[in-house]
This record gives sequence, structure tokens and C-alpha cells, in this order.
Amino acid sequence: MVDILKINNLTVEYYTRRGTARAVDRVFLNLEENKTLGLAGESGCGKSTLGRSIMRIVQYPGRIVEGEILFNIKEDIGSNKRMIGRGEVNIVELSEEQMRTLRGKEMAYIFQDPMTSLNPMLSIGQHFTQLIEAHDSNIEEEAALERGQEILDSLGILPERITDYPHQFSGGMRQRVMIGLGLALRPKLLISDEPTTSLDVVVEAQILEEMAELKEKFNLTMILITHNLGVLAQTADNIAIMYAGRLMEVAATDVLFGDPQHPYTQELLKSVPDVSKPEKKLSWIPGAPPDLLDPPQGCMFHLRCPYVMEICGEVVPPLTSSKTGGTVACHLYTGG
Amino acid sequence: MKLVEVKDVKKYFPVQRGFLESLMSKETDFIRAVDGISFDIEKGEVIGLAGESGSGKTTTGRLCVRLVRPTEGQIVFDGMDISTLRGKDLREIRRRIQFTFQDPTSSLNPRMTIGDAIGDALRLQEIGTEDERRERVEEVLERVGLSPPETFYDRLPHQLSGGQKQRVVFGRAMILNPEFVVTDEPVAMVDVSIKAQILELMMDLKKEYGLTYLFISHDLATSRHVCDRIGIMYLGKIVEVGDKDSIYEDPLHPYAVGLISAIPVPDPKIKKAKAVPRGEIPSPIDPPSGCRFHPRCPKAFEKCPLEEPVLKDVGNGRLVACHLY
Repeated sequence: MVDILKINNLTVEYYTRRGTARAVDRVFLNLEENKTLGLAGESGCGKSTLGRSIMRIVQYPGRIVEGEILFNIKEDIGSNKRMIGRGEVNIVELSEEQMRTLRGKEMAYIFQDPMTSLNPMLSIGQHFTQLIEAHDSNIEEEAALERGQEILDSLGILPERITDYPHQFSGGMRQRVMIGLGLALRPKLLISDEPTTSLDVVVEAQILEEMAELKEKFNLTMILITHNLGVLAQTADNIAIMYAGRLMEVAATDVLFGDPQHPYTQELLKSVPDVSKPEKKLSWIPGAPPDLLDPPQGCMFHLRCPYVMEICGEVVPPLTSSKTGGTVACHLYTGG
Repeated sequence: MKLVEVKDVKKYFPVQRGFLESLMSKETDFIRAVDGISFDIEKGEVIGLAGESGSGKTTTGRLCVRLVRPTEGQIVFDGMDISTLRGKDLREIRRRIQFTFQDPTSSLNPRMTIGDAIGDALRLQEIGTEDERRERVEEVLERVGLSPPETFYDRLPHQLSGGQKQRVVFGRAMILNPEFVVTDEPVAMVDVSIKAQILELMMDLKKEYGLTYLFISHDLATSRHVCDRIGIMYLGKIVEVGDKDSIYEDPLHPYAVGLISAIPVPDPKIKKAKAVPRGEIPSPIDPPSGCRFHPRCPKAFEKCPLEEPVLKDVGNGRLVACHLY
């Protein structure tokens, strides 16, 4: 299989008045075409920042300070200053003009909160026409609206509603509109950041099902960012677990749930309520994630880890291949 | 023994209208947040209320502690009808009934220290001298796991983590030694790695003080781990009540079946056949006729839009409101 995306040694920092916080710390990830990668972790672990760096939309005061994000483009896109040649491009080095060509067309991002991500002053149709015209200045407004209607229709929203405004839609419908906007230009890569977190279980299940169908239909590669491991178990092919900016473990979904390697993954899974296993005794991880402005030495998890060793507080464990076919960053497996 | 009895309670909220509209139209519309529900809560049990947003579960919780007054019906607490209490009588009963709000961050006053926030109820109820109150607050802080209490007493909410704030919220509910606590989405805002810690605190407090809980949550997976019985609500009505095992393993009402099948299971080996209801919850201003679930129900038949099903006992303490049973 071809890797559509390769992330090497990516580091993102936020410069705040109190100091520098490293939100993403030397992350390596490969993403195969047509697969869904789940990115999981607790709030503040850097999963959204990682997702945003792929689109180069990390918010001020954040900055990509190191590393490369290689994205595989099938054909030449854009023109003049915005032109990007086909093959592997390093997103970190593209100009802002070139990024504009890329965003929406090759990769799209669905933001966390559908309630606040749509512009309340614009109708749904205007959202679509703005987006489509930005990438194709020759297109007639009529044609753009028609494309929008088609997309809405495929998401189960009546095409007439294209003239409605965001407040006239329910939360689930707004999230569908967001997904529709993300898919309007047929991107190859879709990054969705907590797409169902603010929704009820029934609507959540509906939307996840629709997303799976769309993925099939448009040959999408997806990154699904969520803290809900239940959702990932049902949708992702591979899962990457993050903690305090670092990758702890990457593995295929079955393997990660069946035979977790990293102590953090193990403890995290023990704390997830499972409706199918009422006898499961829920446990928790003592303590709290570290302050990123003042991170501990060595492994980020060592202060809460049940298997902590001396080396853990001194040396950062490197990502090594695990016996389950993924990668893991833990001294238990480095022979240390 | 029944601690709380909810008897055919309704709560309608009037819909706000503009001045012109109110001149022109005939009658006010109402949001039927809770529309004729009845259930009992046994002393010492944990009863869960589940359902989608807009199903009326939070309003039901608020009615039980009389934060809002029912439009119709009776709420009986320990043999006393509290549905129309006012003033001093109501304040009296509030010592025994407490409520914890959904979001710990917004339910704590950012300018009030933790000690003051917890001790406020003592002050309002005029219990003890200032020194006694401080002592009691420190006791509670210690009890909810914020120790040493002296170091937490003078802190402000922004200096605490999400889990610690949730502990403060529980401390504030416990300060008056209540018998009945309604807790609205207590773990919705905390990270999964500490969720179990908060739930265990809840259960420890229950054991120690002999509490009864009404546990409101849209997270059915969590409810399964803490509740004894579960009530499922849909559009202001209770559609099914039963002990947790029977509800999860063999839900009867078609809505309960759909709701339970929609819960994501954190185990990739279990791929459930999904029977997720189509469409969305209709408006509570103008709910569907007959059974409120009939427009979305896969098993609806002629009778459903015509006649409203009542909550019937189908054995084993199981109550269902569906024409199929």
C-alpha cells in the first residue's frame, strides 16, 4: 500500500507568556491510503494540534518548529504561484499560497464544534459557493450551488434547505453540513476533529455510519481525532495513542485493544466504561497529565506509570517496533 | 421504602414571543419538557435517567429537587408533598435534597474560594459558628479527596483541575448531609482516565452516608456501571424503566433498543448490528400524536399515531410504554 502521508520528527510549540509548551513532541506517523487512523488521548495531549499541523492551521501562538510532513499528491494542482507538482511534497515548506490550493482540494478538516464552526451570517449555500469559488474562480454561482445541493442530498439533507442559515439546523444536521463542506472538493484526506463529541449517541451512530459510507464512495483516507475509544474501536483501522505531546503507541485497532503494549494504553483501556461488559471493574490512572510548560524529564508518563523504573525519569524512551506489529515508546521494550 | 415518588408530573415552559406576535396570536406555545411522568425512587438505590438531549431528563432532575415547580402533578419526598412548597419550608427540605450541576467549571463562582463555596450552604442555613463551619468544610474537603484541606480551602476554582472541581461540587452537595442527591452528568466533562475515580467517590459517599442518587447521564455506558435501575426518556415521557441488566441485555421499547445499539463499544471484536433510529428527536412544542416515537419507530402500526401508550408493568418491575406489550 502507498503511504499518503508521512510525518517525521514533527514538533510543534506554543509560545506563551509563561513559557514554551511543546504540544507535539517528535512525532513519527505513516498513513496508508484508504485507511482510517484514530488519534486518541486525553484533553491537552496534542491530538488536535497534530491534526491541525497537517493542514498548517496551528493557531497563534503555536508554530511548527521542526520536522517534515510529506504528503503524496497524485497530479499537478493549482497554477502560477499556487502550483504544486505531483509526488511527495513537504507541507511544512510550502508557501501560504500553495497551502490554499491544497486545503479543501487535497485535504479537508472538520472542526470540533459544529455549533460555532459555521458562519451564522451566511446561508449554507453561501458557505458552499465561497468554498468552491475560492478554488475555481471560473465557476458560475449556479453550478456551485448545484454541487452544494447534490452534496447535501447525499447526506440526507433536503436540497431546498441550501438557502437556510446555520441556526435553522439541529446539531446533527450542522455536523452533516460541515462534513459536506469538507467533502465538496473531493479531497483525498479528511481530518475530523471530534466529529461527534457534542452529539447524542443516536445521532453519533448515524453520522459515523454515513462517514463510513462516504469514505468508501470517495476513496477517502481519514484521520479521526477523538477521546472516545469506543468510537475508534468501531471505526478505525489503526490507532495512535498520544500523551502529553508524545506518541505512546501505534497499532492496528484489534491489536491495540486486544494486546496493548504501552502501560498508558493499558491503563487507559481499563478506565473506559464498556456497556457490553457490566462486570468490568473500572479503574483510573492516579495523578494528572504533566504541565507542558514544565514537563518532567524522561518519559512523560513515568509519574503515573505502575511499572516505572529508574531509567524512565531520566531518558526519553524512543519509538521502537513492538511485537504486535506497531510501534511503542516505553523502556519496558527497549531492554533498558 | 420509597424515598421519592413522582406522580404524573408535567412541566411546561412558555415559549418567548415578540411583542407583536403576542398581540396577534391567540395562545402561547409551550415547550413540553416533561409531559406526565411517574416513577418511584427507593431509598438507597441509584436510579439512572437516560435519553437524548431534549428528552427532559435534566428538567426531571430539577423538578425532583424543586429547582423548578411542576406545572401539574405531585412530587413526594419521604411522605411529604414538596411540589408546592415555598419559602422557609422549601429551604428546610433542601437540607435533605441536593443537586450537582453539569459543568463544574461554570457552576463554581470564579471569585469565591473553594472553602467559601462549600461552606455557603451552611451559612445560608445558619448552621454553626464561623469556626465550626470552617471545621466542617475541612472535614468535607478531606472526605472528597482534596487533602490536606488547609491547602485547598483558600484556593480559587481556576487553580484546580477538572477532576478536582468535580470533587468540590460533590463536597458542596455533601456539606448538609443530604439523603437524596440528583447528579446531572457528573463525569461528562472529566477525562476518561479519571472518570472512574469520580464515580468511585460517588459510590463511597453513597455507602458512607446512605445516599440515594438520581443519576442523569446521556452516557449509557457509564450508567451501566453505576446504576441499579435505569429509566429511558424520550421527548418528555418515560418509555421504559427496569433494572439495569434487563434494560441493557433485553430492551423492550423500540426506542430503547435503538438507543442501546447506538452506544459505541470499546471492543473491536464486537460489531453490533445497528438498529439506530432514523431521523431526529422532534420538537417538544408540538410533539407527534399518540406514541411520540411512532414517526421514527420501525415497528409502528395503525394504533401508534392514534393512542398514547401508558407505562405498563410487564413483570419483574419492568415498565414499558409501548403498544407492542
